[in-house]
Amino acid sequence: MYEISLLTVMSFSVIFALSLNLITGFCGQISLGHAAFYGIGAYSAALFTTDGGSFWLALPLAMAVAGFFGFIVGFASLRVRHDFLAITTMGVGFLFTGFVRQQDFLGGEEGIAGIPDPGIGQIPYMLLCAALATAVIAFSLYLKRSWMGHAFDAIATDEDTARTLGIDVARYKLTAFVFGTALAGLAGALFAHYVKFVEVESFDFIESISVLAMVIVGGIGSVWGVVVAAAFLSVLPLLLQVFADFKLLIYGVLLFTVMYFAPGGIDSLMRMLWRRISGRRTAG
Amino acid sequence: MNYSDLLVQGLVEGCIYALIAVGLTLVYGLLRILHIAHAGIFTLGAYVGLLLTNETGSFAAAFVITVVAVGFFGMAFYRLFYEPILDKPPHVALIASIGLFVAMEEIYRIVFGATSISFLAPPLKDTVEVAGVRLEEGRIAVVVLAVVLIGGLAVLAGRTRIGIAWRATVSDAAMAESFGIDLARVRYINFFVASALAAAAGVMVALLLNQVIPTMGGVPAYKALAIIVLGGLGNVKGTLIAALALGVIESFGTIYLDRVLDRDAIAFAFLIAVLMIRPQGLFARR
Repeated sequence: MYEISLLTVMSFSVIFALSLNLITGFCGQISLGHAAFYGIGAYSAALFTTDGGSFWLALPLAMAVAGFFGFIVGFASLRVRHDFLAITTMGVGFLFTGFVRQQDFLGGEEGIAGIPDPGIGQIPYMLLCAALATAVIAFSLYLKRSWMGHAFDAIATDEDTARTLGIDVARYKLTAFVFGTALAGLAGALFAHYVKFVEVESFDFIESISVLAMVIVGGIGSVWGVVVAAAFLSVLPLLLQVFADFKLLIYGVLLFTVMYFAPGGIDSLMRMLWRRISGRRTAG
Repeated sequence: MNYSDLLVQGLVEGCIYALIAVGLTLVYGLLRILHIAHAGIFTLGAYVGLLLTNETGSFAAAFVITVVAVGFFGMAFYRLFYEPILDKPPHVALIASIGLFVAMEEIYRIVFGATSISFLAPPLKDTVEVAGVRLEEGRIAVVVLAVVLIGGLAVLAGRTRIGIAWRATVSDAAMAESFGIDLARVRYINFFVASALAAAAGVMVALLLNQVIPTMGGVPAYKALAIIVLGGLGNVKGTLIAALALGVIESFGTIYLDRVLDRDAIAFAFLIAVLMIRPQGLFARR
């Protein structure tokens, strides 16, 4: 059924977008290669289950593998900042696609086909994805209010001041990268077992930009804004043929116009609207 | 393929990278913007150059018109898209620029079609022998162009009033302005030069490959980003060295590294390795 697939796609897109929001939004570390970790999760889960492994073990495995690589890339964020980090993470994305293309055991250009069905039926799979998405939303909301969330926020606002205040910047940055990339890996594993086929094009620079667009449109660092943006942007190409045909044009224009007119995204627009409504009520 | 062939191939590629990357580094040096949409301007140059050549029949005339016209396009681009967001935090311009680039590629696809366009009569395709290496005239033209254009740029920057104003603005914009330098003018000239160089590179790449496609800006542009970081963001000399070095490394890398990495990923492997050791790039200005 059509609605089931829409909800499934929406769910793993929300997880993927929130995973980037954790790194770029909460902790302020820009990443232009996040699709690589989505890909690492998808490929490791796909390899595992096509080899006869259990789907249930594939999910934590994908998270562990993606999180491990995220930990390594996190070290880059300790060495370089801002624009340098943007280009380095973009490079990580290219290294991933460049590596996968040349590897026979990863299917090279052809990808991996025939990923086995999780064997639980379409509706339970959708429910599973939705439940995991809900858990990730809850985790994001919790994290944002926790001590760690405040430390992330301090680093995002002003790293040097945060360090002066005694915040262990390196530890928190690495934590953000590990959490964020592990969740991207989870989203990738869910994606792979939904489409049952992975190829390197699904995880290229454009995919990194697409997920960045979800975070930017939602509002960098805002949990609900990103959830709404990810839900809409992921299913619109499935609902409207026009959107599917001109997806990249729309993403490009969205990225630009949001940055140009409302750098806070949906979140700041909603707050502005709310302030206006509540302001009128108290005035009246 | 022997070593001298590989070296020459690498240097030709390096000259193309240099033409693209110098513009990027100029924009970064002046405005601290990672101008990703530079790649879109490169592709525009390729389309305009190829279509004008097919229309007029003269490659030389088409080349000159393209370079000048795209230079002016770059100025308009800056005025419309970057000037209004200059005082926002740096990630704003970066993300806006990515959005512009993605949108530009899509617009080319819609306007010119997704399939490739070629020259009706490919110019400069004869081969000549230079120092024992057989070379296409087009490749020689690339090297000559890079030397002339970048050399001209060096003279402009070093010997003229515009160049002095330019360098003053790069080192301290507020101070330069207080000495009566028109910052807006310097920025316009900067974008004109950067975009004209990108257009020149675009036309030459179109010539060498004898085809233009909407997404052709992607790979060289990302590499140009890697190059300007390696060269120490904003440093023109460092950028030139990094561009030529990358061209040669890739050229040899396709033989020795092909099993492990795609050719296009070599630049970033090199970049990441260097950044981990020297986070400020190879030739940072201190």
